[in-house]
Amino acid sequence: MLTLYQFATLLLCTNQDFFHISPDNCMSRYKKIITKAITSLLFILLFSFSNNVIAADGEALFKANCANCHKPDVDYTGPALKGWSTRVPNQEWIYKWVANPAQMIASDAYAKALFEKWKPTVMTAFSNLKKEEVDAILKYVDDYTPPVATAGAATTGAPESDNSLLFGILTLVLALVAFILLQVNSNLRKLSDEKVGIHRGEPVPFYRNKTYLMTGIIFLFALGGYYTISGAIGLGRMKNYQPEQPIYYSHKVHAGVNQISCLYCHGGAQDSKHANIPSVNVCMNCHKGIKEYKGEPIVKEDGTQVNGTAEIQKLYSYAGWNPDTKEYNPDNNKDGVPDGAQSIPWVKIHNLPDHVYFNHSQHVKVGKQQCQTCHGNIQEMPEVYQFAELSMGWCINCHRESKVDFYNKETGEGNKFYSIYEKFHTDLKNHKMDSVTVESIGGTECQKCHY
Amino acid sequence: MSNKQYWQNFGELNQSDAFKQSTEKEFTEELLPMEELSKEGFLDGKTPRRDFLKYLGFSTAAATIAASCEMPVKRAIPYLQKPDNLIPGVANYYASTYVNGGDAISVVVKQRDGRPIKIEGNELSSLTQGGTSAQAQASVLDLYDTTRLRHPLQKVDNDFKEVSTFDAFDGIIKNAMVNIKGEQIVLLTSTIHSPSTLQLINEFLVKYPGSRHVQYDAVSYSGMLLANEACYGKRVLPVYQFNKAQTIVSLGADFLGTWLSPVEFSKQYATNRKVTGEKPALSRHFHFESMLSLTGSNADDRYTHKPSETGAVALALLAKLGGSVSAPTITDATLKEGINKAAAELLKSKGASLVVCGSNDVNIQLVVNAINELIGANGTTINRAANSNYRKGIDADIVSLTADIQSGKVKALMVYDCNPVYNYADGKKLGDAIAKLPVSISFNGTLDETTEQCKYIIPSHHWLESWGDAEPTTGYISLLQPIINPLFKTRPFQTSLIKWMSADAAATSTADEYEVYLKNYWTSKLGSADLWDKALQDGVIETVSIVAGATYNNSKLAEAASKIASIKGAVTEVVLYQKVSIGNGSQANNPWLQELPDPISKVTWDNYAMMSPELAMSVLGIDVMNNQRQADSYEVTPEKPVVKVTVNGKSIELPVLILPGLNNSTVAIALGYGRGSADESLSLDRVGKSATGAGKNAYPLVGFNGSSFIYNAVATVEKTNNKYPLAQTQVHGSSESRPILFETNLSSFIANPEALLEEPRNERLSLLADGKTDFVTEGTIYPNYEKPGIKWGMSIDLNTCTGCSACVVACTAENNVSVVGKIQVQKAHEMHWLRIDRYFTGDVKNPDVIFQPMMCQHCDNAPCENVCPVAATNHSSEGLNQMTYNRCIGTRYCANNCPYKVRRFNWLDFSGSDSFADNQEPLRGKELNESVFQMNDDLTRMVLNPDVTVRSRGVIEKCSFCVQRLQESKLESKKQQDPSLVRNVKTACMQACPTNAISFGNVNDKASEVSKARADENRNFYVLEQLHVLPNVSYLAKIRNTDRHVGVAEEIKESEAAHS
Repeated sequence: MLTLYQFATLLLCTNQDFFHISPDNCMSRYKKIITKAITSLLFILLFSFSNNVIAADGEALFKANCANCHKPDVDYTGPALKGWSTRVPNQEWIYKWVANPAQMIASDAYAKALFEKWKPTVMTAFSNLKKEEVDAILKYVDDYTPPVATAGAATTGAPESDNSLLFGILTLVLALVAFILLQVNSNLRKLSDEKVGIHRGEPVPFYRNKTYLMTGIIFLFALGGYYTISGAIGLGRMKNYQPEQPIYYSHKVHAGVNQISCLYCHGGAQDSKHANIPSVNVCMNCHKGIKEYKGEPIVKEDGTQVNGTAEIQKLYSYAGWNPDTKEYNPDNNKDGVPDGAQSIPWVKIHNLPDHVYFNHSQHVKVGKQQCQTCHGNIQEMPEVYQFAELSMGWCINCHRESKVDFYNKETGEGNKFYSIYEKFHTDLKNHKMDSVTVESIGGTECQKCHY
Repeated sequence: MSNKQYWQNFGELNQSDAFKQSTEKEFTEELLPMEELSKEGFLDGKTPRRDFLKYLGFSTAAATIAASCEMPVKRAIPYLQKPDNLIPGVANYYASTYVNGGDAISVVVKQRDGRPIKIEGNELSSLTQGGTSAQAQASVLDLYDTTRLRHPLQKVDNDFKEVSTFDAFDGIIKNAMVNIKGEQIVLLTSTIHSPSTLQLINEFLVKYPGSRHVQYDAVSYSGMLLANEACYGKRVLPVYQFNKAQTIVSLGADFLGTWLSPVEFSKQYATNRKVTGEKPALSRHFHFESMLSLTGSNADDRYTHKPSETGAVALALLAKLGGSVSAPTITDATLKEGINKAAAELLKSKGASLVVCGSNDVNIQLVVNAINELIGANGTTINRAANSNYRKGIDADIVSLTADIQSGKVKALMVYDCNPVYNYADGKKLGDAIAKLPVSISFNGTLDETTEQCKYIIPSHHWLESWGDAEPTTGYISLLQPIINPLFKTRPFQTSLIKWMSADAAATSTADEYEVYLKNYWTSKLGSADLWDKALQDGVIETVSIVAGATYNNSKLAEAASKIASIKGAVTEVVLYQKVSIGNGSQANNPWLQELPDPISKVTWDNYAMMSPELAMSVLGIDVMNNQRQADSYEVTPEKPVVKVTVNGKSIELPVLILPGLNNSTVAIALGYGRGSADESLSLDRVGKSATGAGKNAYPLVGFNGSSFIYNAVATVEKTNNKYPLAQTQVHGSSESRPILFETNLSSFIANPEALLEEPRNERLSLLADGKTDFVTEGTIYPNYEKPGIKWGMSIDLNTCTGCSACVVACTAENNVSVVGKIQVQKAHEMHWLRIDRYFTGDVKNPDVIFQPMMCQHCDNAPCENVCPVAATNHSSEGLNQMTYNRCIGTRYCANNCPYKVRRFNWLDFSGSDSFADNQEPLRGKELNESVFQMNDDLTRMVLNPDVTVRSRGVIEKCSFCVQRLQESKLESKKQQDPSLVRNVKTACMQACPTNAISFGNVNDKASEVSKARADENRNFYVLEQLHVLPNVSYLAKIRNTDRHVGVAEEIKESEAAHS
């Protein structure tokens, strides 16, 4: 409504001004009009733009903070969040709950009931989230519509494959028609030539016709070349690589069922180029207490069942821990570690070539990417496999599409590092570009990853 | 200015045919391996077709084999217990101290995943202020030296047997010591200025009555020590303050290269060589020497004399300054005039003048002390209230020690951190005597010449594995802390002393460790353990000393003057010097240092007899100055004629290197080369693959005058019929006399600052079409690409670059630059990303020298990028010329098209990184030196920087502006959300520079260092700017503080007049 009103006013003003133009102040008049028009337009844009910003933030915030335990539409580790307004006492309650669930459970009846339903899991406190951010999350959750499910994707995919088959058949038919026509043509020419008196020899059968043979050879060569090259490109790519590990370690049990944050074990992901496989003492932080596996049965892909407790025993032998005495073995040989202890020789799954520089902290801390973006739904993998292709094209695609957390000079939002990109600020302002992607700041250049 | 000539060699000076031919091609090799290709068509020749099929067949088979192999299973093995302060993949930095002999430089060591990989200067040290030297930079490689001893040894029947434990070793030593109880035990070490070690040694000497401590320096300063004792009552070296000196006169002291504490002095010297403000003031530097040293080539005015005349020059200077001595007759008019000028300037800036002298003759140093008194240096530019502890050795001590060992007076010798059998003139005699001693113990880390004569060897840690302290200057403590656990079964020398002092023979107690001793020592001195931790973190403890003089006593002066007057010269004399790379030879097995081109001669891997063209003419009959044919035949091939230099009956055969600027009677020979075991067949294993075969040992030529060693002597030089190849990087990468340097003298610059760069300015304008003004955007048909965020740029100040080459080694260490070995350097295949071009100019007999660091200029309009057929080199939006190794197919078009000649091609698999193992093996000895194999040992490879790709055969590489550091700094500022943090980034060369000659940063940021440096428009120029390649490296023109005209047209007229 406001926008419409403004537009109307704008038009009116313009008209008024228009009627009052005199030749001598023509220029200044125009300037005024333009200035006004631009200001109004900017205002309108800002209004609509800022709405987008919050909506986008809601999604990011949800993914960063809540998605580990909550889904908008279905129950997960925690309850589905959609429709919260019909369940909770009031909106204020939500703020308090998010900031300090433990206290709410102690003091609030609805909170206590909620806990009873979902225990023993207690919601993590997010005291760092501001009210506006919680609002943004709630708005995102309410507006959430599930993406078209896999079945839908299949239905949309099916006609496509039908089409290509159709096109293939069509091409074949056309080729056949062309072939027949060519044959007919040559026969006809032969007949007409004979009529005129030019005698031609017996026609060469098509399977000995050099033109046809050559065409066939070129076609086969192109086809063979295509497959050779695509095969060669695929060399060394190990998508779906799922080696057998020294200990059957299930990410599903740890990250999925037990909701251990990825960074608890892979802390390097936010500080270092390597995400780092946790040292054995990190495993032992929990497994000094957790001696046996009591969860749902773990079943391998081949159907065999994994004995979780036996796998924990393997960890103890690597750590040099005696579960009976609850102590580490003594260090008699004075090498600084318990006797018999040794590092676990995990098999590395995600291998980048030596000439690639990849930095986890760049992507996790600066780029704010989720682990799942590259590693897949790791919380659902019993044993980890390589989810993404880890090819250069795959990297580049993401760099082309991902937007950087660009600094907005007006609002002060975004990563202040990007304040030095004067040109992009102006371009954004003038709508010469609509967003700053990793590519625009040079993220697809060779020496960003190869040096 | 345009007709002023800058030249690198005689061929270029004379524009000889061979020189012109050599500049035509970037590479001397044929472009394709099939030689006959050029004569016949590709498919016509018989052999090429077979070759082609062979290559095709091999590559197909190789590709099939490589492709059909299964992907290897890689392991990711985490820590068992991760240390708290370590995140794999993130580098930690620890303060420590580079110590070698008496040298000490405060450093910060970069440690990645537990391995020290790079040395940086410690900016908290007020002595070195973050500067480093080539030797300090390279010392990280010594840690991973394959010749390091891996456990204690005992000599049994002329062979070394491992001693299984330290306790067993201690037992053996204690038993041996019992037998010689009360007899003379000598602890022979290099100069030690570690306060805690000195205290410990004193305790040890008390424990063993009859024992004594002898300090011995490979290259001695005992002349100065004794002269100071005579004049000021203390046998110490004073603290020099070059930063307070307006006039500096050096009598052969190479204080920017090798003399005493060059890093400290370079920092001080550079403060007065920066051109700042409207009316810049520079210090004035006179240099008198026989050879052409690094410091000499930086001097404003340089004069040469015979080596034997050093004393005469000093006396003449003293007399001119009004000293009560009679001046000797100086026949050379130029030299005489130089002395007069120097004296006048010294008096003019009285109280801010300094004279230093590199001679080890007590008498000459006595005269120098007298000079410094007259010019008011005592207490101003020379601080005698504090001591420089870098050198303490007295030469007479080692001479008498040798006699004592021979005569049997001394029964036991303990050697630590010195190698007198190699670097003492009578070393052979000493070695034979040591071998006959009942007890001889070495603490040295390798089986060097001295250690192999000893009976018991208990190797000490490398400094990167050590705890320790150093007090290079009174009040300035620099601490050592281990950056890595000891790689081998080695033990600190100090711990051994503690163990052998304690009564219980096999006591294994941590209280006996030197670490504990050191900690206790400093905790009690500093007052608390917290202060000790803080000091360790900083790496330095400094108490500022007050600058003061000392009472001067001139009683010995007259006697000294008369002794100097009696020194006799000759037609040919020899002067022995040290190179900035190899120094005294203790780091001779360091391939980085061996392959570092000497800043002056540009020779790698060898020493040689350096002489002037005139002397070469008389000795060899080669006239390089005037006879083009002879110059070419001498210069173009690496094979150089060999001469025999004889001093006091001892002779040495060395190839001749002809260089302008040397005195015509002088042959200069570098020390530190020619390392080797007594049994030559063991040299490769004991002394090392890089040290063996590199040059000849010149230490036997050092003379002894009764009180100190003398590093110059009367010599005879004879021609031989032999030839010996020298691997010189000199003419690789010639700029073909294009104007690439600009310089002027101070007075002209102050009078008309804009005239200096008038020529390039006019040329820029002449290249623009009518009505256009902006050379960068309008001087080209190519589009102008914007650099929206960061645009990296570098500025190099030619005024403060001394050519010391610390940057070259730093670059090598940071960027995993391959060592190629002597054979490949001869073929111009060296890999250095950064080279320091040395140009001569002006008077051909005594030329001015100018150094220009040259690396990839990261041209915004780069000629290399246009010609790459596979886009392996292209430009980034941050102004970097990017090189993508994996895309490179080795056409080398880029290198051919680079006007700066900075691209390097991997001709062979230098890094051993090819997928086919052992493909280096057939080339061993023929194409690849042993040193290349040394670099590819698994132990040595630990020094590699894991953030930089190791390049394989067949690809081009070049300076990347240390892109890994740029990326890291950008990441850090993104994490901190603060763009100003990128101002902290330092390239490896910039960090290493002891004179801050290099500035680097974001050109778009007006507050960055590089923007500030480029603001000096009257001096800021780009090399070959007229090509419109738009380099991102700029240079600041050189200003010399001299009366001569430099770099202006008059100079040419002057020199022409002088010659006619």
